[in-house]
Amino acid sequence: MVTVVYSAQMKAVMMIFAALARLTVGVGIICATAAAAASAVPVIAAAADLRVALGDVAGAFLHDTGEAVALTFGSSGNFYRQLQQGAPFEMFLSADEDYALKLAKSGKAIDKGVLYAIGRLAIVAPKGSSLRLDGALVGLRDALQRGEITRFAIANPDHAPYGVRAGQALRKAGLWPQLAGKLVLGENVSQALQFATGGSAQGGIVAYSLVRDPNFAARADYALIPAAAHQPLRQRMVLIKGASPVARHFYVYMQAPAARRILAGYGFALPVEAD
Amino acid sequence: MDWLALRLSLQLALLTAAILLPIAIAVGRWLAITRIGGRAVIEAAITLPLILPPTVIGFYLLVAMGPDSPAGAAWTAVFGDTLVFSFKGILIASVLVNLPFAVQPAQRAFEAVGQDLRDAAATCGHSPWRTLWRIELPLAWPGIVTGAVLTFAHTMGEFGVVLMVGGSIPGQTRTIALSIYDRVQAFDDAAAGRMAALLMLISLLAVTAGFFLTGRTRRRG
Repeated sequence: MVTVVYSAQMKAVMMIFAALARLTVGVGIICATAAAAASAVPVIAAAADLRVALGDVAGAFLHDTGEAVALTFGSSGNFYRQLQQGAPFEMFLSADEDYALKLAKSGKAIDKGVLYAIGRLAIVAPKGSSLRLDGALVGLRDALQRGEITRFAIANPDHAPYGVRAGQALRKAGLWPQLAGKLVLGENVSQALQFATGGSAQGGIVAYSLVRDPNFAARADYALIPAAAHQPLRQRMVLIKGASPVARHFYVYMQAPAARRILAGYGFALPVEAD
Repeated sequence: MDWLALRLSLQLALLTAAILLPIAIAVGRWLAITRIGGRAVIEAAITLPLILPPTVIGFYLLVAMGPDSPAGAAWTAVFGDTLVFSFKGILIASVLVNLPFAVQPAQRAFEAVGQDLRDAAATCGHSPWRTLWRIELPLAWPGIVTGAVLTFAHTMGEFGVVLMVGGSIPGQTRTIALSIYDRVQAFDDAAAGRMAALLMLISLLAVTAGFFLTGRTRRRG
């Protein structure tokens, strides 16, 4: 009897260790991308709003030069933090230029890099939603007044660049107070889009570049929000010190007409000056 | 310090443990004594949440609780709101995710009681119900308490599933674990550090209390 109880206790101890291990899962997510093994193909960290467009650019790069790059998408702030800790990315495309400039200041990046795109916002709704979509957000105001909005998705305005700008656009339209308690916050703009169109929310404000994905057209409708409704999303890229020749080639390729055409096709405004 | 998130996490953890307590007793005891074929498969199914990544569970829950699914549609028809992005939604998710943490220690404890003792109680004229209350539960109590404590501590620390189905709504789905993640993302290391330390302390206290309770019970038993 005693031995049996003892073995049950051992099991309990093991399960407690399992539970404590699960506590660290959150930390694990923060570190996971940093653990991506270094290989011959340079790993490039890119903001979530580039998920579709940059895949096309990398495909064209491979086609034109025969060189391959590996892409990792996530939140710019996360990548910034990981790069400060020495993550093995060779190039960083931020959705918010501040992160890239800070990396230059701390000496992690080769230089201040260049602006590669200006991001835009779009309001989206699942197909069949009663929410009427327009850039001035008049349809959203009407739907709110009719009480048809119970859940509206944006990226987290505490830290996601697209969430900050979505908040600005909603404040400017005077809709922020009415949306209190109804906002669903995505961890990054990609998750915000998934929340907005998954069917459990009536709509959301996300990156225009993500809804320009041809595969997206069947699932939801969208409307472009005027650039004047929010501070510009100046997106800057930097090469990280020790970047391989392939990463440097890709950096140059991003500024070439072929890549700029692809970015423009996904609705990014292109920076005129290359500073 | 995000007190709202802390309160929400405590509510979620206590409710999850409370809901799972009778389930753990019923399912754990049944698994301990049943000789039904396919018992291993049932046990394996209950263990699954322990080994599956939160993304798998989160994905299935998003689909299963969404308004297009039969369960989600039925819920909306009856209660008028949606399960995804709600406290009820993350409570359901939490109960499912914690099944192995609650059931397995209870099952082991009921197994340790032994069939001999149950037979002896029956010989003495005890009904199965009376045997459960007077003999089995007092003996199996340490395992059941362990399960409840693990469920509580694990729910306080649950992150992935809530991140996927919650939507980080203050007061409804933003748990302390999500709040810590948000603070880290916002480079607010001071707040993240305070909340992380508090969460660690609560978990340590809960597990220590569990050991203390079960230890006492065992000495008395």
